[in-house]
Amino acid sequence: MSGGHSTYSPKTGLGRWMDARMPLPRLVHDSFVSYPVPRNLNYAYTFGGILSLMLAAQILTGIVLAMHYANDTSLAFQSVEKIMRDVNSGWLLRYLHSNGASMFFIAVYVHIMRGLYYGSYKAPRELLWILGCIIYLLMMATGFMGYVLPWGQMSFWGATVITGFFTAIPVVGDWIQQLLLGGFSVDNPTLNRFFALHYLLPFMIAGVVVLHVWALHVVGQTNPTGIEVKSKTDVVAFTPYATIKDAFGMIVFGLVFAYFVFYIPNYLGHPDNYIQANSLKTPAHIVPEWYYLPFYAILRAITFNIGPIDSKLGGVLAMFGSIAVLFFVPWLDTSKVRSAAYRPWYKLFFWLFVVNAIFLGWLGSRPAEGTYVALAQMSTLYYFAFFLIIMPVLGLIETPRRLPNSITEAVLEKNKGGAPVHPTGATASPETKG
Amino acid sequence: MKKILNGLAAFGLVMAGTFGAALAAEEGHNAAEPTHFPILHPAQEKWTFAGPFGTYDRAQLQRGLKVYKEVCSACHSMNLVAFRTLQDLGYSEAQVKAFAAEYEVQDGPNAEGEMFTRKATPNDHFPSPFANDAAAAAANNGAVPPDMSLLAKARSVERGFPTFIFDIFTQYAEGGPDYIHALLNGYDQQPPAGMEIAEGTHYNPYFINGKSLAMAKPISDGQVTYDDGAPQTVDQYSRDVAAFLMWAAEPHLEIRKQTGFRVMVFMLLFAGLIYLTKRKVWANVAH
Ligand code: HEC
Ligand code: HEM
Repeated sequence: MSGGHSTYSPKTGLGRWMDARMPLPRLVHDSFVSYPVPRNLNYAYTFGGILSLMLAAQILTGIVLAMHYANDTSLAFQSVEKIMRDVNSGWLLRYLHSNGASMFFIAVYVHIMRGLYYGSYKAPRELLWILGCIIYLLMMATGFMGYVLPWGQMSFWGATVITGFFTAIPVVGDWIQQLLLGGFSVDNPTLNRFFALHYLLPFMIAGVVVLHVWALHVVGQTNPTGIEVKSKTDVVAFTPYATIKDAFGMIVFGLVFAYFVFYIPNYLGHPDNYIQANSLKTPAHIVPEWYYLPFYAILRAITFNIGPIDSKLGGVLAMFGSIAVLFFVPWLDTSKVRSAAYRPWYKLFFWLFVVNAIFLGWLGSRPAEGTYVALAQMSTLYYFAFFLIIMPVLGLIETPRRLPNSITEAVLEKNKGGAPVHPTGATASPETKG
Repeated sequence: MKKILNGLAAFGLVMAGTFGAALAAEEGHNAAEPTHFPILHPAQEKWTFAGPFGTYDRAQLQRGLKVYKEVCSACHSMNLVAFRTLQDLGYSEAQVKAFAAEYEVQDGPNAEGEMFTRKATPNDHFPSPFANDAAAAAANNGAVPPDMSLLAKARSVERGFPTFIFDIFTQYAEGGPDYIHALLNGYDQQPPAGMEIAEGTHYNPYFINGKSLAMAKPISDGQVTYDDGAPQTVDQYSRDVAAFLMWAAEPHLEIRKQTGFRVMVFMLLFAGLIYLTKRKVWANVAH
């Protein structure tokens, strides 16, 4: 799609008939068969495919769960247990869905980190990056509302705490919270609207994914060198090259997924969610699911007032800010060089960022007291400094390493005396076709 | 590159230091007024159902059922478990029917509009010992004895860093049974000097939510008669009832692990084939 014209030529009568009326097969062929991808993509680039697979898996298991789930506070907990005990393979469906959500987030974090490492957000891919951020936001909302559905103690108290954030917003805060809850506290109306939205949002995600892939196919993929595709020797055809590599990535990821589902299905969950929700009994520690923990740590790190902003509002602003800042990354990074492979200092700060984010996650699971608060404040500071100070400043002062002239040159350098540069398979190279 | 590595190493050291400080801060509490619970962490016991090939020991589950029936069911309900599922423990259909018939359940209304009680059938669930939570609390010093259907999955003492990472690889998932076993064996200890124990509660350093709980020591040596020669000690009773409660909470554990093995083998083979195909496809393309 990017640049070249379509190479699709239908071979059957039916194919030609279809192509003249609604060229859907042509679209698929151009997007997933002949579509050119850089030849030097590594396995970090398979996570986009893995994410699509996980979205499909969540939707499929979710719809079947919804057939057995009872959306009422007096029935929800028991209906989920009925799925676990009496529905044929219900335990499998439910463990696939609950662990699937975690795997989905693991994949999206790898995907985002890949983007930050290789500078995938830089022009002309700003919109592609922003669409990705929107998907991530929708995923967070979906996961949060899904976690409320089994109506356990953490479902209830997590929902209470998280909707409570909104009351920190001046003037409209209480109104927003009541709108979310459908009342003054988490109750049946809350569960009903969360279920409706939990059913809806994944399809909205699917819609944004289509836009995301569309934008991708206009500008093309980045690659580990960060150099744009310049000639036909820089690329290979999506099928079979990327297809088979993605397939391998998916199946290895599937192995990890299966390991959790079949051997430690409750490892990533909280034991308290096996206790039915009880509005009179507050759990000792209320913690969100693991994938929100870094943001939870940032929220609780703001324990002081900043001028007119009290600590509660400050925490909420910091938390939303930590996600909002992602949207501005394309303009915060001032470097002319895309890939961290050629930016020694950025590479160091990037890996520090990753370690720091994991550390923040661990802090989010600790009670907010003593040393933990100070540590969370330090980590929060680095989180924001990475985006707001390091990214803009480093781009101006860092001397990047020498860049190769093209992807082909980089590949050649790496493979001195290795396999030939030109794909020889008949199916392979776009230059032999059309 | 060296600079980067040095930087990373230095950062690692700083992190490890702060980690240590944080952990030390958590440990630093005084014995008479602890602030973090449980006071003692449960020991890791051996369970037949642990690990990738774990299965329930049927004889142990039957003994555990006996302990539940004769002791715990006086206070604890188990209302998600249907009698019919007891066939999993190795009982025949007729035995389950007879077992259920020992219980009375409420039914109705009948043709006259009256509620009535009848003998339970295999399709009924274990009835609750109390009419409602208020009655349960009134009889137990204000605390409701938790329903036991999911208890073995609803309790697990945090393992802490770095154990929780190793748990992924050792497949540790028996935090619930370990906890129940430790709790039942934790009653005979004396509270440290100066510790105040609220009236009507009982000191137990393994209790996850405080220094004492409303349940008195529920079971003593020799209280339940075993007919298969297993030792009639609190240690054995608590192992058996904990295993039984794990079954009650996760009745499909065995099929889950068996299916898992097949899935893993299949996927490994499939991954191998895909990998070879990938090698072949990319063989002539430098990348
Ligand atoms: C005389 C009534 C009574 C009997 C009999 C009894 N319990 Fe309890 N149990 C309670 C009460 C009351 C609580 C709630 C304690 C609290 O929250 O303070 C409780 C709580 C528990 C807990 C949960 C502790 C926690 O972490 O919240 C476990 C586990 C438990 N009992 C196991 C057993 C077992 C196993 C038996 C049978 C051997 C048994 N109980 C028999 C009254 C009883
Ligand atoms: C973006 C994709 C999705 C994500 C990330 C997601 C996430 C979650 C999570 C975290 C839970 C709680 C699991 C638990 O602890 O039991 C849940 C439950 C649930 N989800 Fe989803 N979900 C997704 C898509 C869907 C879809 C499309 C449906 C279809 C209606 C659905 C239906 C349900 C139902 C019925 C439950 C309650 C049953 C249960 O708790 O297992 N989900 N979801």
